[in-house]
Amino acid sequence: MSSAHEKPVDPDQVVLWSDDYEGHDVISTRTFGFWMYILSDGMLFATLFAAYGVLSYSHSYYTGPTPAQFVAPWYTFIQTMALFLSVLAYGFSMAAMKTGSKAGVINGIVASMVLGAVFIGLDIHDVLRMISMGVTPEVSGGLSAFYALTQVHAAHIFVGLIWMLVMLYQILKKGFTEDVVGRLISLRMFWQFQAVMWVFIYVFVYLWGYMS
Amino acid sequence: MLVNLPGPWSPLLGRLALSEIPYTNPILAPLFVIIVLAGIALVVGITYYGKWGYLWKEWFTTVDHKKLGIMYIILGLIMLFRGFIDGLMMRTQQMLAVGSGHNGMPLMGAIHGYLAPFHFGQIYSAHGLIMILLAATPLLVGIMNIIVPLQIGARDMAYPYLNALGLWITAAAVFLIMISLFVGDFSHNGWFGYAPIFELAYSPGVGVDYWIWTLELVALGTTLGSINFLATVVKMRAPGVTWTRLPVFTWTAVSANIIALTSFPCLQVALALVGADRYLGTHFFTAGFGGNLMLYTNLFWLWGHPEVYFVILPAFGMISEVIPTFSEKPIFGYITMVLASFAIAGVSWIVWLHHFFTMGMGPYVSTEFSVATMLVGIPTGVKVFNWTFTMYRGRLTFSSAMIWSIGALFLLLIGGLTGMMLSIPAINYMVHNSVFVVAHFHMMLLCIVYAVFSAIIFWFPKVFGFKLNEAWGKIMFWLFSAGTFLVFFPMFMLGFMGETRRLDWPFNLQWAPWFDIQEVGIAVYVLSVLAFLWLIYVSIRDRAENRVGADAWGTSRSLEWITDSPVPFYNFAMVPHVNHRDEAAWRREHGFSDKRPEKFAAIHMPNNTPVAIVIGALTFVIGFGLTWRIWWLTVAALVLTVLVMIYRSGKGDPGYIITAEEMEKMDRESRQKMDDGHAPLPKGGGYTGGTVTAYSAEVGDPGSQSTPPGNSRPLS
Ligand code: HEM
Ligand SMILES: [Cu+2]
Repeated sequence: MSSAHEKPVDPDQVVLWSDDYEGHDVISTRTFGFWMYILSDGMLFATLFAAYGVLSYSHSYYTGPTPAQFVAPWYTFIQTMALFLSVLAYGFSMAAMKTGSKAGVINGIVASMVLGAVFIGLDIHDVLRMISMGVTPEVSGGLSAFYALTQVHAAHIFVGLIWMLVMLYQILKKGFTEDVVGRLISLRMFWQFQAVMWVFIYVFVYLWGYMS
Repeated sequence: MLVNLPGPWSPLLGRLALSEIPYTNPILAPLFVIIVLAGIALVVGITYYGKWGYLWKEWFTTVDHKKLGIMYIILGLIMLFRGFIDGLMMRTQQMLAVGSGHNGMPLMGAIHGYLAPFHFGQIYSAHGLIMILLAATPLLVGIMNIIVPLQIGARDMAYPYLNALGLWITAAAVFLIMISLFVGDFSHNGWFGYAPIFELAYSPGVGVDYWIWTLELVALGTTLGSINFLATVVKMRAPGVTWTRLPVFTWTAVSANIIALTSFPCLQVALALVGADRYLGTHFFTAGFGGNLMLYTNLFWLWGHPEVYFVILPAFGMISEVIPTFSEKPIFGYITMVLASFAIAGVSWIVWLHHFFTMGMGPYVSTEFSVATMLVGIPTGVKVFNWTFTMYRGRLTFSSAMIWSIGALFLLLIGGLTGMMLSIPAINYMVHNSVFVVAHFHMMLLCIVYAVFSAIIFWFPKVFGFKLNEAWGKIMFWLFSAGTFLVFFPMFMLGFMGETRRLDWPFNLQWAPWFDIQEVGIAVYVLSVLAFLWLIYVSIRDRAENRVGADAWGTSRSLEWITDSPVPFYNFAMVPHVNHRDEAAWRREHGFSDKRPEKFAAIHMPNNTPVAIVIGALTFVIGFGLTWRIWWLTVAALVLTVLVMIYRSGKGDPGYIITAEEMEKMDRESRQKMDDGHAPLPKGGGYTGGTVTAYSAEVGDPGSQSTPPGNSRPLS
């Protein structure tokens, strides 16, 4: 069983070289790699959540405010909707790609970008509001963790927006080449993943924080 | 929102000032001069011989996994040497400083020994970081880079460009830590950092910043690499390479890279939060304002323990390739070997707390982590038994690669057993932070180094087409082993005698003899370094006599041994069809070793690109800018990086095609260049085990032949 030579092999029948091997599938390889990236990004958020969890005891806020005093869940709910709709729009864009409609894809991405920009805009506005209330990361460990988690997520969204811009340009310039399609698929995974992360942030940071 | 800095800062140069260059330091200043002179000599030499174009075209812009692997290994060896010099300095300091008197050298500003405490602190911090992340990791990644695609019959990694990027970002980290020698200083808080000493209030210099950004860069480079390895193994296997036919080394690469992919983000976050504390004034790990010191320790070791398994698993894989080859048997217990690798990878995630039992988490938590830690011993034990059973009744050849692997087993045994001792909280409270712990993990990390040397000797002929000198490989082994013994056994003793780690001044005179023995050991290590250099020199000088054929050792087993040595840039002229787990052994035993492809097909190869090295250089600038708080430089480099990435993504890489005719011609030439294998066959003694050996006529089944087929001679 462990021997390398248990069966006689007919030298005329044996296949030593893969004559008709087509090579690997570029798009699926790329997508797999991007899944791996998503996994590591997930670990990144997991670590930030862990830090937030450890730094959200009442003593973590030192003498400063706790989330219950400054988060605005309804306001953030609008952000949530903007992000969800953005994902939806991106989904429409990918559906349009199946029919090969360039206009459909572009419209979808533009809509997705606008909604993503709304999300970022609201986030910036919210941060400014909190800062004007004296709620800054230097106040306490708890607030540091609050800002780290929410703003790392916002930074991801910002990167996603730049990526969309680049993709718009590439679609216009090159059309649906293998590279472009592969990147659009990766971007979809990225965008949906950020929305999923946002669900956790919304629930655990904003809603939970508001209630505790 | 930025913090108030202690000391001057200017918008143009940040914290950088002439006074940051330690030109009065009696060690660093001459070293600096030497390095600058050597650098000038190198540049002049390369220019004189007109090699810049060659270097740029063949190495700096390459995306070939073998060349990238070689560069990783060179980087790793250089850093291994740098780390060794650190070790030498620490040993010498302790030997000189031991005792109660004022025995220091005032000229050097030291009250004890020759190093001031602040300098000593930087040395041990840099030593640890360098050895684990910039020596061991690049060496292992380099070997995986070369071997994994070959073992699965791929032409390259899944993403060749990303592969180059990983290398150059790692190189950026190396440059950053090297430049900390001459510009500013390095962290003195140990390689893992202590909260809250690394906060700006207690470490106002740039040392901790160098530490942060060096670590962030390696973490980034390694994460990119791990994505690449996983995608390569999952997606790029040649036809016939089923999961049960993956060589054990490839399996360990998979398990190790799963660890890397999932654990390095923890490190990145932990250090980014330290950075936030230092740069933005947040309070993650401060002692007041609601910060949590223990959070840092947890986050760091949450990565730190999986990391130690990330480095040892590929080493296990290398041993698993070398031992069967020189035992002329398939690996014993393949399935359990694979399962054990994944068991280790899994368990490595639930033991991190054993690094700080003394922080005091209460009996229940400590017990859980103690038991979990001990569990690691089971799969590790399975592996050790499997290697032993592979050798049992094998036809052993004690070649230099083999003895390095066997040496690794001994170190693993000692390191594992002392680890078991440490995993018992009651014992741990006694010896935690003593040099006993230091001796434990040096046994483990040296096990890796042994495996790496074994692997370098083993695969060298595959990559370069000739063998390294056997005799000098063995001389180096014995010198290195003597050094290991003389340095680390006294260290266990000192641990029992109560010496805590990281002492710039060991006050207890009774320790003195042990320090002297250790210093002798260091001298022997120096000899082994010289032996290594001589080994390389002799081997290159005599390369003509040591040319090898495809199957360099005559008893090789896995797929990489069926392609030519040195491996041509396209790896395989035709993608192989794999019929057996030990494909090379299988082909040899059935007399197919000499068969070359008859039909050829056009292949598609990626183009070289300067983008990777440019981005690597930019990440270095980002790290340097952040360290010195030169904001304009950091932002400019960051924006440039993004622009270069967008540019590259727009340009894409169409690659190029090698036609079937060209391929056929290249294959012919490659074969002619290759020696037709008069490599002497091993003259193994021992028994011919029941089902096992490569050339056994005794087994008498119809497939086997009484004379070894192909380019090898019968056993005498
Ligand atoms: C059977 C397996 C192992 C066990 C049971 C084990 C156990 C331990 C324990 C309990 C400690 C903490 C000691 C203390 O600080 O009080 C420790 C430290 C350490 N171990 Fe292991 N270990 C094992 C394998 C390894 C391996 C494979 C490596 C590396 C390749 C390794 C590297 C280290 C390092 C680097 C440290 C200390 C880091 C530091 O404090 O600077 N160990 N080990
Ligand atoms: Cu550990």
